[in-house]
Amino acid sequence: MNDAERIEFTAEMKKDYKILIPTMLPRHLKMLASLMRVYGYDAELLENSGREVIETGLKYVHNDTCYPATLVVGQFINALQSGKYDVHKTALFFTQTGGGCRASNYISLIRKALKKAGYGYMPVISLNFVGMEKNSGFKLSPPMVRRMLYSVLYGDVIMTLTNQAKAMEVHRGDAEEKADYWTKKLVDQLGKPGLLSYGKIKNTYREMVRDFASISMTKDSRIKVGIVGEIYVKFSPLANRNLENYLISEGAAPVMAGLLDFLLFYVYGRIIEHDMYRTHKKSIALLKIAYKVFERKQKDIINIIKEESDFEAPTPFAHTVELVKPYISLGVKMGEGWLLVAEMIEHIDKGTNNIICTQPFGCLPNHIVGKGVMKIVKEKNPGVNIIAIDYDASASEINQQNRIKLLLANAKNENPE
Amino acid sequence: MQQTGREINVGVDIGSTTAKLVIRDGDNVIYKKYERHYSQVRQKTLELITQAEEYLKDKKIKIAISGSAGMGVAEIARLQFVQEVYATFALVEEKEPDTEVVIELGGEDAKIIFLKGGVDERMNGTCAGGTGAFIDQMASLLNVTPDELDEMSLKCEKVYPIASRCGVFAKTDIQPLINQGVSKNDIAASIYMAVVNQTITGLAQGRKIKGKVMFLGGPLYYNKGLRKAFKETLKLEDENAIFPDYALYAVALGASVFAEKSEKTYEYDKLVEMLKETVAAKREVASMSALFANDEELAEFKDRHAKETVDFKDIASYSGDAYLGIDCGSTTTKLVLINDKKEILWHYYNSNKGNPVDVVKEKLTEVRTLCGDKIKIRASAVTGYGEQLILNAFHVDRGLVETMAHFMASKQFLPNVDFILDIGGQDIKCIKIKNEAVDSIMLNEACSSGCGSFIETFAKSMGYDSKEFSKLGLKGNAPVDLGSRCTVFMNSSIKQAQKDGVSVENISAGISVSVIKNAIYKVIRANSPTELGEHIVVQGGTFLNDAVLRAFENEIGKHVVRPAIAGIMGAYGAAIYSMSLGLEESTLITLDELKEFTHTSKASVCQGCTNHCALTINIFSDGGRYISGNRCEKMTAKGKIDEKLNLFEFKRQYFMNLCAPAKEGQKVIGMPLQLGMYDLAPLWVGIFENLGFNVKLSGLSSRDTYLLGQDSIPSDTVCYPAKIMHGHIELLVRDKVDAIFAPCLTYNVDEKAGDNHYNCPVVAYYPELLRVNMDILKDVEYLAPFLSVSDEAELARELSVNLPADLIKADKSRMLEAVKAGFKKYHKYKEDLYAETERIIARARELNKKIMVLAGRPYHIDPEISHGIDLLACSLGFAVITEESIAPRIGKVPTNVLNQWTFHQRLYRAAHYAVTQKDMELVQLVSFGCGIDAITTDEVRSIVENAGRIYTQIKIDEINNLSAVNIRLRSLLGALEMREGKQ
Repeated sequence: MNDAERIEFTAEMKKDYKILIPTMLPRHLKMLASLMRVYGYDAELLENSGREVIETGLKYVHNDTCYPATLVVGQFINALQSGKYDVHKTALFFTQTGGGCRASNYISLIRKALKKAGYGYMPVISLNFVGMEKNSGFKLSPPMVRRMLYSVLYGDVIMTLTNQAKAMEVHRGDAEEKADYWTKKLVDQLGKPGLLSYGKIKNTYREMVRDFASISMTKDSRIKVGIVGEIYVKFSPLANRNLENYLISEGAAPVMAGLLDFLLFYVYGRIIEHDMYRTHKKSIALLKIAYKVFERKQKDIINIIKEESDFEAPTPFAHTVELVKPYISLGVKMGEGWLLVAEMIEHIDKGTNNIICTQPFGCLPNHIVGKGVMKIVKEKNPGVNIIAIDYDASASEINQQNRIKLLLANAKNENPE
Repeated sequence: MQQTGREINVGVDIGSTTAKLVIRDGDNVIYKKYERHYSQVRQKTLELITQAEEYLKDKKIKIAISGSAGMGVAEIARLQFVQEVYATFALVEEKEPDTEVVIELGGEDAKIIFLKGGVDERMNGTCAGGTGAFIDQMASLLNVTPDELDEMSLKCEKVYPIASRCGVFAKTDIQPLINQGVSKNDIAASIYMAVVNQTITGLAQGRKIKGKVMFLGGPLYYNKGLRKAFKETLKLEDENAIFPDYALYAVALGASVFAEKSEKTYEYDKLVEMLKETVAAKREVASMSALFANDEELAEFKDRHAKETVDFKDIASYSGDAYLGIDCGSTTTKLVLINDKKEILWHYYNSNKGNPVDVVKEKLTEVRTLCGDKIKIRASAVTGYGEQLILNAFHVDRGLVETMAHFMASKQFLPNVDFILDIGGQDIKCIKIKNEAVDSIMLNEACSSGCGSFIETFAKSMGYDSKEFSKLGLKGNAPVDLGSRCTVFMNSSIKQAQKDGVSVENISAGISVSVIKNAIYKVIRANSPTELGEHIVVQGGTFLNDAVLRAFENEIGKHVVRPAIAGIMGAYGAAIYSMSLGLEESTLITLDELKEFTHTSKASVCQGCTNHCALTINIFSDGGRYISGNRCEKMTAKGKIDEKLNLFEFKRQYFMNLCAPAKEGQKVIGMPLQLGMYDLAPLWVGIFENLGFNVKLSGLSSRDTYLLGQDSIPSDTVCYPAKIMHGHIELLVRDKVDAIFAPCLTYNVDEKAGDNHYNCPVVAYYPELLRVNMDILKDVEYLAPFLSVSDEAELARELSVNLPADLIKADKSRMLEAVKAGFKKYHKYKEDLYAETERIIARARELNKKIMVLAGRPYHIDPEISHGIDLLACSLGFAVITEESIAPRIGKVPTNVLNQWTFHQRLYRAAHYAVTQKDMELVQLVSFGCGIDAITTDEVRSIVENAGRIYTQIKIDEINNLSAVNIRLRSLLGALEMREGKQ
């Protein structure tokens, strides 16, 4: 990276700049924006969507670049051009993993696009944990990192409860209503300055689980469809044409693993690299601690869900890792790497035999971990239905829906009502 | 209200182009109908039902609708919908339960259903366009009916390789074959073969097609040649290849099976009423604003463009000198005769009907006759795809590259023109002009080509001629938004629009806008109109379509000049060029010679090198010959290639001779020579030879290598080098090596010149993918360990841990010794490479030759990957070197992107170095489907252009034809010459 030319987000800017966050996981990121405000960052989650965002993206990003980049850039530029923001007092915020796939270049693509659109002066803050691109005005303090972790955990709990409740709720909409209620409540909680103890977090989990468990549910559950895939397309309704809602409207129930798994994958991936190539020698001790911490947090969620409800709890990460070993090497780390495969197997392990693998058109890692493993997954699990759906700006919705309908027809045939 | 009648079952299948209906009474089919729906899907559904009134009246009707365009109808009418693959499945279960595989090709859909051993259904994805529509399109390209195409295919002598991934690719391959005069019989058979290959790679994706196979759908019902191609390729016995008489109605029949199972019955009147409501229903469709807000705008537009014209002179009343230009384009042939004032005396524009030689002969005869004795043709020039063929056939004085021809013509209309956009039938060309010289040229990548002829073919499929169709577009009040990718995607979007009942006017206008958006955002990749230029000339046959022209002006918000002769600009430019030659006497064929002129062509295979080019030998009545299809001119009389100034060739030879001669009694380790192996093979060969093995590399790739492994490729959109890996593994297994070694490398060698040193995900992990996708690997020792190559001791440790002890007996220090030997061999390779580079550069400078930095990735030297582009460059007079050969001449360079891949940091360094050398020109090779190149091309382009140099990019894939590359490289040469002329 040409660091000399990079526009830094300075301490001065922190005072009165608005920081825009792109939509990916709406509930998680709403909480993130809220907690950032506690630490003096005026963050806002973007909610603009629709064809305009896509068109803007296509204008400012090389069209062969992956779809998420088109959308992220499109959403940013579209927002900046809307007149809603003082463009001289605005900064952009994006995550960067530093992995071997081209997604690590999103930040540079955003900067290029800003330049082209005449916003070359705008700082872009990279959120990463490997020390790329430092900004004097943006620092991750330990309490802030802790709150960020809480937002991930909360987001995951809401997601797992909502998914399951939607599959069994008697009245369509009950689960969504609860999810909205809790998102708002948690946004408030995380946005309130002062001490936020982990004990309180756990209590909140408990209340949440109980509340969701109070939804009246039927016994005959709907067809469950596991969604796996490239992280942005998998989570972002903007990218996947609101796949979750589409599945629900077709009478199915979507299931997804949470974001915590991705964090665990990221940390654990480095521990594996240490085992394989003796790299990360300096940080290995810290990585192992982080892994333990995340693992314990996941365990707390699992326990509370089990204690308070009949909902299915997330799979312990260590078990997820064991599940995937017969399929693909843990050395495959780029993009979603082996985690994507692991999530497929995790769904199957829990009896979800229908899986949609969402991916941006031409996604390189997904050649390997998406389409590349379908043969072996099907061989080892006869009766499992997996389809890959490519998303991009021009992919025809009818073709996508056609494939999903095929999946559902298959599923119904295997489990006649 | 009579509902007492018999129960009957109705199955309706509305596909992308046709609608089918069957009525069954129990097991008997009492009625069936098959019709094209011309996108009026809801209306057609209603019609099908009303036409069958006598069979439906007073019956209890059970109905199910299927098909890709049927989804919308069923949804609105609230009738039962059955997914079409599922319908097929049900039918086969009923009719031929021991069928193992069903292959169904429809208008635009292709499906394979595996019925045995794990039911599995596969449909074509986003990047595998239709097959029926594709065959129709190809037939019209050859100017024959689909039936004639079929008959012709049965008489073929030779099948040519045609890219099989999607229709557009195939078309790019076919067009030059036509222009080169390959027999139509052979082309017809090659088209079918491409469809077969596409089905196998695109759909089977790793599953073998065997046992009893049933073939369904229109194309397989009608085309005997296609059936034959499938049967032969899949090696099916007669009893295992089922072509049922109900092939057309299979989906409709399947739907009727579902209808029977449903509880719901309708009476005829009710059903008709429901469908009538459906026809009337309006749906929200993504649309854009109309091309013209009002009639005044339209009038102003027509008025303005009517003024951009050239003077015409009556040929009958003229006498004196004249100059002839011929543009033998991909789908059309154009001729222009001008006088010495550049006024047009005579011109011709029409489809070449798949046989340009005949067309040109006829027209030359006509113009020569018109000229008689009073007009003397002083000079002639030819341009376009068929340039060489026509040049040789008719002794035209000169040939010139088409970009130059267009520039010359445009200057006549707009002397200060700085941007030319030409959209022809097959290609989009953009020419930027700076300081009166061609500054840069952009041609459409293979993936977005075909837009112009797409409109024509599409118009035909909807029952209009293209002029009529474009006129309708002007009236569209809300053009449908069809996206801006390639036509295959557009087809699907149109399918969607049809489903939603969009009018023909708005589809026509929508297509025009899409063609334009495709050109601007995909080919030119502009962000703002100012980027294109101030003085813009548009031309090419597609711009004769007013809707397209208007869409362009709207999109860029600027008026442009469309010469009235937009379709014949290439020929006009060629004529002007010929005038500039100042010739005394033209060599152009005379009227007498024309009378005697005949032309035959035959196929042959060049044995000059391992490329084995499929040649077409054209023989003319005067004894002249023209050979086409060759990548280089080694075996044709015209040119000699100085093979010693080609680093690609040096590298190929080096890798071919890398392994020591096999020693008796040693075990053999095989390695697939592809992807990263083209860089690190010396390391691995060195290690294993040191450990006492014979090493066998799988060798350079060919088309056959690809075909050998194509049925285990899981992702049809991965890059071609990756796909070929499968064939290399097959070769090694056939060779019965003792083990196959293909390491997975997340990280490559750290050359300390980037932010990180990754491999791309495909290079890094493809060996792991092979392990889980190739059943054949279960029978050999397959070693695909995860290794790192940054440190000798660490690599030695990893090898000790990962390699099976029974195969490799080496303790720690022995392994370290082997690794050291490996790195020694690797460094020796690099030294030899750099030394040869030095020699080539020095020699080129002695000979005053230009040096081309053919920059891509190490594996681009493979002859099947780069298809002989290096040889072509040599034949055009360049010395060829590569990116990695000059990268070390410069340290870490600043980049605007995260510089984290080893192979790509070399690219950036090479670009930075090349622009400092006056005689070096960088040409970037890009693998189709390489996501990383979306990042690198922009970066390399900016490095090159910021230095004021010309950036040239060539996208490579399965496409085996160098015509487009030829144009590009010759345009580069032309631009360089003009620049030098200026200095």
